[in-house]
Amino acid sequence: MTRILDVRQKILKQNDETARAMRARFHDAGTFVCDLVSSPGAGKTELLTYTMRELRERGMTCAAVVGDLATNNDAERLATSGAPAKQILTGTMCHLEADMVAESIRGWDLSTLDALFIENVGNLVCPATWDLGADKRILLFPVTEGEDKPLKYPTLINTADLVIINKLDLAEAVGFDRELAIHNVERVRPDVPVLELSVRNNAGLEAWMNWVVHHVAADVPVAPAEASSF
Amino acid sequence: MHELSIAQNLVQLVEATAAEHQVMAVRSVRVRIGALSGVVGFALESAFGLVREGTVCAGASLDIEDVPVRIACPNCGSVTVNDLTFMLCPNCGRASSELLSGRELEIASIEVDESDCGCAASESVAALARC
Repeated sequence: MTRILDVRQKILKQNDETARAMRARFHDAGTFVCDLVSSPGAGKTELLTYTMRELRERGMTCAAVVGDLATNNDAERLATSGAPAKQILTGTMCHLEADMVAESIRGWDLSTLDALFIENVGNLVCPATWDLGADKRILLFPVTEGEDKPLKYPTLINTADLVIINKLDLAEAVGFDRELAIHNVERVRPDVPVLELSVRNNAGLEAWMNWVVHHVAADVPVAPAEASSF
Repeated sequence: MHELSIAQNLVQLVEATAAEHQVMAVRSVRVRIGALSGVVGFALESAFGLVREGTVCAGASLDIEDVPVRIACPNCGSVTVNDLTFMLCPNCGRASSELLSGRELEIASIEVDESDCGCAASESVAALARC
């Protein structure tokens, strides 16, 4: 005789609970949080370094945490923006999980931060499943990866709130078909906003900064009486 | 290979449930995996095979229920999408960003041997009710 025990729970229940608690904490502190995902070498660090420098020049405060398997290189590059950047060394882990982010920001006074950027491990598969407590997930596709990348990774793109077609300065050199790429993004993720930019050529950056600043401005701190005690 | 991490979470949940019900061994674990969950069934099975050793799941099989992607079409209502690269209504072609199912990554139930269930062995009605 066997017996069936009904469980009906999310397998990543623990991760989701940590992510939910962090999201509440970010919300209470008025910190806008982005999770950046892409393949390795898509330009996440360069875009974030530019963005954090620009936000600081506009009088806003920001910081970044960045996942990498083995080096501190990305945190060092991000720190050149003048904003604090902390490396999360994942060892052999191919993605960030909520408790890794929670641990890396332990003790931080989030009320001093207008924005926090989480740069995920470069990977177009594994990060899809893990909620990190961010407000928005941004997916970068550099033109060098070809127009069909969105079709090859439907799972990750389906979790994206914004798609950035990056490294526009290389589009001509690689014969990038812009319309086909955008068509493919829309096929897999209808209605997702798409921005095209290049930090090197100063292309599309105004629209990008407007997007960031708009969300930072919308994310104001909750009055102390309403704030969560987490 | 993020399935390894997922399998660890899965086994921890089963262990917690088993402890709650005083179960010493689990025969099978039923999970529901959405086509957009980012988890591959056979990879999860391999990972489960590795992490179950030394736990209540040591002799357990993994029973996977695949959950299709369903979107809300403004014209046709709830429709199933079989091609993940075309998140459009397969009947009328309308786009929809409203996902009704497909992201599931859930443990549905576990099957245990009656003799392994402390509740069943007990005469206590209250303990039975916990099952």
